[in-house]
Amino acid sequence: MIQVRFKLERPDFTLELDTKLPALGVTALFGPSGSGKTTLLRCIAGLERASGSLHVNGEVWQDDKAFVPVHQRPLGYVFQEASLFPHLSVRANLEYGYKRIKPAERRVQLVQVVEWLGLSHLIERDDVAGLSGGERQRVAIGRALLTSPRILLMDEPLSALDSRSRQEILPYLERLHRELSIPVIYVSHALDEVARLADHLVLLEKGRVIASGELHETLARLDLPFAHFDDAGVVIDAVVAEQDETYRLTRVDFSGGSLWVGYVNQPTGSRVRARVLARDVSIAKIMPQSTSITNILAARIVEIRDEASDKVLVKMMAGDSPVLLSRITRRSRDLLGLAADMEVFAQVKSVALM
Amino acid sequence: MGVGAWSKNAVQTMDPNDLQSVWLTFKLAGITTILLLLIATPLAWWLATSRKWYKGIVSALVALPLVMPPTVLGFYLLLLMGPHGAVGALTRALHLGVLPFTFTGLVIGSVLFSMPFAVQPIQNAFEAIGRRPLEVAATLRAGAWDRFTSVALPLARPGFLTAIILAFAHTVGEFGVVLMLGGNIPGETRVLSVAIYNHVEAMEYAPAHWLAGGMVLFSFVVLLLLYTLNPTGRQK
Repeated sequence: MIQVRFKLERPDFTLELDTKLPALGVTALFGPSGSGKTTLLRCIAGLERASGSLHVNGEVWQDDKAFVPVHQRPLGYVFQEASLFPHLSVRANLEYGYKRIKPAERRVQLVQVVEWLGLSHLIERDDVAGLSGGERQRVAIGRALLTSPRILLMDEPLSALDSRSRQEILPYLERLHRELSIPVIYVSHALDEVARLADHLVLLEKGRVIASGELHETLARLDLPFAHFDDAGVVIDAVVAEQDETYRLTRVDFSGGSLWVGYVNQPTGSRVRARVLARDVSIAKIMPQSTSITNILAARIVEIRDEASDKVLVKMMAGDSPVLLSRITRRSRDLLGLAADMEVFAQVKSVALM
Repeated sequence: MGVGAWSKNAVQTMDPNDLQSVWLTFKLAGITTILLLLIATPLAWWLATSRKWYKGIVSALVALPLVMPPTVLGFYLLLLMGPHGAVGALTRALHLGVLPFTFTGLVIGSVLFSMPFAVQPIQNAFEAIGRRPLEVAATLRAGAWDRFTSVALPLARPGFLTAIILAFAHTVGEFGVVLMLGGNIPGETRVLSVAIYNHVEAMEYAPAHWLAGGMVLFSFVVLLLLYTLNPTGRQK
C-alpha cells in the first residue's frame, strides 16, 4: 500500500491529495495535461519536494521529519524520453543502477532483462543515439528494472514514441506486468494504454484525485469523464475457451457470458483482455433474430445518463459483475422505453482484444 | 634546410634567457591551468545549478577580466598584494614576503585574468546537460558525488577540453598583467611576451621574430586542436 499525502503550491497549479494507491499490479494515474500526474509521480520518487508524507509498504519515504533522498529509495523510474546516458554503451547503461545496489539485493539479473525486453541484439551497441525510439525506451525500462526496484514508476513511457514503436513496446510492458510482481505506477493520458495495462485507475484533475478505483468499475462510471470520451468503453478480462478453425474465430469466456473474437493464437485457458467501446454496442429489447451480429449478451440496465442533446449512455450488467456501456441516441431510448432495471440484449458489434 | 638545422639556427639566435622565458611561460600557463580547473569546476557547477540571487553578481565578477584592460587588473593586484595592500599585509604577517614581482604573484594574477576562459566553457557544458541525466542517475541509486563524477563530468568533457586549451593559451599570451605585477625579472617573471617586448625595445628583431613567430604557430595549432577535437562543442 502506498499512502500519499502531498501538498505542493506552484504558480500555475496546486497539487493537493491524500490517497492510498495499491502496491500491487499496475495503477494508472490518468488525467489531462496539467492535472499534476507527472508532478505526483516526481513527488513519489523524491525528484520534487512537496510537503506532506509518503509511506510505501509501511516504510517512511517522507514525513514531517524525514525525506529519503531519491537515490536511497528502492524505486525504478522510466521517464517520458528514454534519457539514456549518451557517454555509455547499452550494456553500461543497463548496468549503471545494477552496479550501485548491494549484491544481496540484486533480484533481477542482466540476462533476465535482456530476455524479457528482447535486448540481446542491442547489448553490445556503443552508440545509444543510433537506437530507435522504441529500442531506447526498452533499454531505459531494463535499466530501471535492473535496480531490482520495489516499485516501478513510469511517466508516459510511450508518449514520445511513434505509433509503430508504441505497438512494438506494449507487449513487453504487458509481459512485465504478468511476469514481474513489481507494482507499477503508470502515468498516462492515453485511454487505450490504460485500458490495456492497468488494474487500478486514479483520475487526477487540477492537482486533485477525482476518482480512484478498480479499472473495470472506474472506466464504466457514468459520473466520470472516461465514459464520455469518444473512445469510451469497458474492459473485460476473459479466458480463451474455444478455437473455431473453420471461420478463424476464437471464443473467450468471462463471467457475464462469452464473446466471439477474431482468431487469437493462444492456447485455451490463456487470459486475454478485451475492450468493448460504447459506440460499438447497441441495445435490443427482444432477442434479435437473423442478425449478422455474432455477440449478443443478455444484460440488465443499471443506469442511463444523458450525454449530449441527442445521445445517452446506457450502463448494463451482463451476468453478475462486468459492465457494458452503450452509446445510443436519445430517440432510441424513448422509442424502446429503456429504463433502469430492464432486461435487454446488448449487441456487440466489435471487440478489440488487447 | 632540415628541421635540425632550423632549430639549431633558432637556438643560436635566441639567447639562454629567451629559452628560459619560454620555459617560464609554459610553467606559468601549466600551473595556472591546473589551478583554474580546480577552482573553475566547482564554481562553474555552482553557477550552472544555483538559483541564488547573487549568482548574477558572481557571474559578472568572473567575466570582468574579459572586458577590463589587463593593466587595470594588474594595477589593482599590485596595490592589493603590495606591502601596503590588504593581501600584502597578510602575506607579510605570515612571513611570506610580498607577492608582486614573484612567480607566485604572476600565478595569482594569471588565474584571475584567465578565470572566465575556464569557467564559462565548463559552465556552458554543465548547463547543456540539463537536469534530466542527473535525475535519471539519482533514480538509479547514484548519490550526489557519484552523479557528478559518473554523469556530469563525462558529459561536460568538451567544455573541459575547451577550458583547458583556452586557459592555457590565454595565459601564454598575457602581457599587461605580467608587466604591471611581475615586471621583467629573468627566470622569475620574464615570460615570453615580455621577452619579445624587450627584444623589440632593443631593436633585436631576429630573436623577436623567432619568439613572435613561434607564438603565432603555437596559437594556430592550439586553435586548430580546439576546433578539430571539439567540433560538437561548437554545434551545441
